[in-house]
Amino acid sequence: MGALARGPWLLPLVFGALALLSLVLTPFLVYLLTVILARGLVVLGLLILWRTGLMSFGQALYFGVGAYAVGLAEKYWGLRDAFALLALALAASAAMALVLGWLLRQYRDIYFAMLSLAFSMILYGTLVKSRVLGSTDGFTVPAPHFLGWAPGPALAMHALLLLTVAAASLGSFLAARYLASPMGHLTTAIRDNEIRVEYLGYPVRRAIHVKYVFAAMLAGAGGALVALAVGHIDPDMTYWTTSGEFVFITILAGPGSVLAPFLGAAIFEAVRTYATAYAPYSWQMVLGICLLLLILFLPRGVWSLFGARRRAAP
Amino acid sequence: MLTAAAILVDGLDYAAWLFIVAVGLTLIYGVMKVVNVAHGGLYSMGAYAAAWAVGLYFDRGLAPAGSFLVLALASVAVGGVVGLALERGLLRLFYGRDDILIVLVTYAAFLILENLVLQIWGVEAYPAYQPATLLGTMTIAGLPFSTYELALVPLAAAIGAALIWILARTRIGKLVRAVIHDREMASSFGIDVGRVYTVTFVVGAVLGAFGGAVTAPIISVAPGIGVEVIVLAFAVVVIGGLGSVAGTIVGALLVGLARAAAVHLLPQVELFAIYAVMSLVLVLRPQGLFAPARQRRI
Amino acid sequence: MTALLAVRGLNKSFGSVVAASQIEVEIEDGEVVGIIGANGAGKTTFVNLVTGYLQPTSGTIAFEGRDITALPPRDIIAAGISRSFQVPQVFASATVFDNLLIACGIAAGGRFPLWRPLRRRELLAEADRLVERFRIGEYRDQPAQLLPQGVRKLLDIAMALVRQPRLLLLDEPTSGISVEEKFAIMDLIMGALRNERIAVMFIEHDMDIIARYAGRVLAFVDGTIVARGPPETVLADPRVRRAITGEPMPARGTAT
Repeated sequence: MGALARGPWLLPLVFGALALLSLVLTPFLVYLLTVILARGLVVLGLLILWRTGLMSFGQALYFGVGAYAVGLAEKYWGLRDAFALLALALAASAAMALVLGWLLRQYRDIYFAMLSLAFSMILYGTLVKSRVLGSTDGFTVPAPHFLGWAPGPALAMHALLLLTVAAASLGSFLAARYLASPMGHLTTAIRDNEIRVEYLGYPVRRAIHVKYVFAAMLAGAGGALVALAVGHIDPDMTYWTTSGEFVFITILAGPGSVLAPFLGAAIFEAVRTYATAYAPYSWQMVLGICLLLLILFLPRGVWSLFGARRRAAP
Repeated sequence: MLTAAAILVDGLDYAAWLFIVAVGLTLIYGVMKVVNVAHGGLYSMGAYAAAWAVGLYFDRGLAPAGSFLVLALASVAVGGVVGLALERGLLRLFYGRDDILIVLVTYAAFLILENLVLQIWGVEAYPAYQPATLLGTMTIAGLPFSTYELALVPLAAAIGAALIWILARTRIGKLVRAVIHDREMASSFGIDVGRVYTVTFVVGAVLGAFGGAVTAPIISVAPGIGVEVIVLAFAVVVIGGLGSVAGTIVGALLVGLARAAAVHLLPQVELFAIYAVMSLVLVLRPQGLFAPARQRRI
Repeated sequence: MTALLAVRGLNKSFGSVVAASQIEVEIEDGEVVGIIGANGAGKTTFVNLVTGYLQPTSGTIAFEGRDITALPPRDIIAAGISRSFQVPQVFASATVFDNLLIACGIAAGGRFPLWRPLRRRELLAEADRLVERFRIGEYRDQPAQLLPQGVRKLLDIAMALVRQPRLLLLDEPTSGISVEEKFAIMDLIMGALRNERIAVMFIEHDMDIIARYAGRVLAFVDGTIVARGPPETVLADPRVRRAITGEPMPARGTAT
């Protein structure tokens, strides 16, 4: 339990450094860092669920909802402001999670995983077949404006990175705050003993619902930022393989800290970027083998490598 | 009227195919409580092996009818070898760990198998349509249907009946049911649970590969086929109730007919319909339609 | 004057099995009531019905004059009834202290306790007070899964007290504890409850414990109450002797 909130004091340091760093990065690295932080947000949400023993195999649902909220608002409403788009994505994913949460909060284990998978596949099935929503090709997402400022593409990427750094900082700050609160401690308590939580007088389902909506909003924000960074959205963002990647990064990162997801996402994106270029036909195999080794030898993720010395023997 | 006939026949075809593809998954879950994501990998390995073997067979100019046997043998060989390797070499290390963790292990195995397929057979498509064209078409209610696809219906029925019979009536079935009922108890009565697991997994794996093999003649065998099939198979199995063979039959029929109806009446909702049925069933009956209820206790 | 707890005509059946039949119970403020009965006599079912884990087939349960029949556990706890469990329900991976701290945090938190940290001064102090009160300081930083059974029972009961109940239901507080330790544990529990004016209803198999701690006894046979009253009367009742305590009953310790 002591390891719960480890990391928050690192927050301003890490994210401040990233913001400074962004000024000297090449355009590709600016793009890569944006995607890493955005996907880290999605994983941060999964980590919060995973602490309760819940694993969503359909988190790409909210990743997609966030991305499509941005894409559709730009396409049909002409909304270009990054802040407004992000707010819209948050609202859309929160609303969706609020509704689906009424159902999902009753489920545990494999049934939770399967039902979230089913919901994400419903969205995928809808997107693929709907021309209004762009069908299989999706559509392009133009570079955003920032509170009335409309920079050129390169500058826009820099600005977007700063926005993403801010979102990631705020997201991890809120997550740390949440995990340190009584409700956050319920996450592990529920995994341990639901009956006791009920008999302490707190409804387990409400605790799970709150957690689920929070995780969905993090995923929605991640989706929105990735959509803006990549400049394109398509239904693959909601496919189960995307959810699988997020689950993979969650295991890779480990539950040790709210910063772990970003480290996990960085490793994953770095491996993917180079492996798809140099070993396109065996990179999934590499991922699979890594996953097995992690589960066998590093069950608390790469973050546990940093905290190893702090854990005293019981 | 014509549409109704088409929906019915297509739905049955599709249901039969779904059942063959998904039944291995439910068998493994029923006995081992493992949700085997690697099933998708076994499916694609079976499809590739069958397509490749059928290609070789026809290149030799041998009797066309023998290609069906080649199809079956290829899948049994691949499923047997890969299944045995997965269970003995991998899953065994993780028994007793969290359910979700074992799902992740099979997911890792799936990723590895997907690339293994690419490594062995490359990225180009393998056509193996000969067994399907060999049988031609049949006319039902004035509409032409592929005889090969229609033949999947009796094939699925035979597989289902055989599995149910084996589980209910034979000595092996009795052992398996004992393990399903209570693993500790079974092992204390001297049943070799490890062996029951191995046999179950290999049979499930062979069924998965066989599902791929019978599909090979009706699709273009290309990278990525396993990715699509695994979620479909999950839908079928979850609807029926994880672990129930009878449930899988019902799940396959529901999904098959729902999809056929969607395709003929409102093609935009094809995929939507399948997963909507899955969600609806899970919402109304979380354990699926046929799974036994679990008891609660304080 | 209304009783603290008033149970009227309570029935519960599972299919054709009757687990509770026409149960009538009144508990007064500050009373200590023992429940005895053979295994399967419906004692735990009764506790489960009162605390909302099970819903009665018919009958009513009123607490402080308010109808609480078939409310969910959390509402019953909010009303002022807490319980402990035969098999202690604790957070196995958390330490003794963190178990109590989480319990205090939930009790203090309201509907959405998600902003202020759990490890804040008043909660830490409150959890430490409970550690003191139950004298489990020695185990304070051990994970609950490694505790001896007696300590785990105490932790379970301490967690039940966090919501400051007016009625506490203890399901076999001394089961799984060696005979020598039973009285010590009961002394500790009763000591921790002293000065609180908490009514206690406890299920117990050991007639010596009943005789010593219960002011009144309810004897369950086949889902219904066959005898009630002061321990010496109930334990001497022939029906109770036949069905529960066994025929030749040495009444050791009844006078203490």
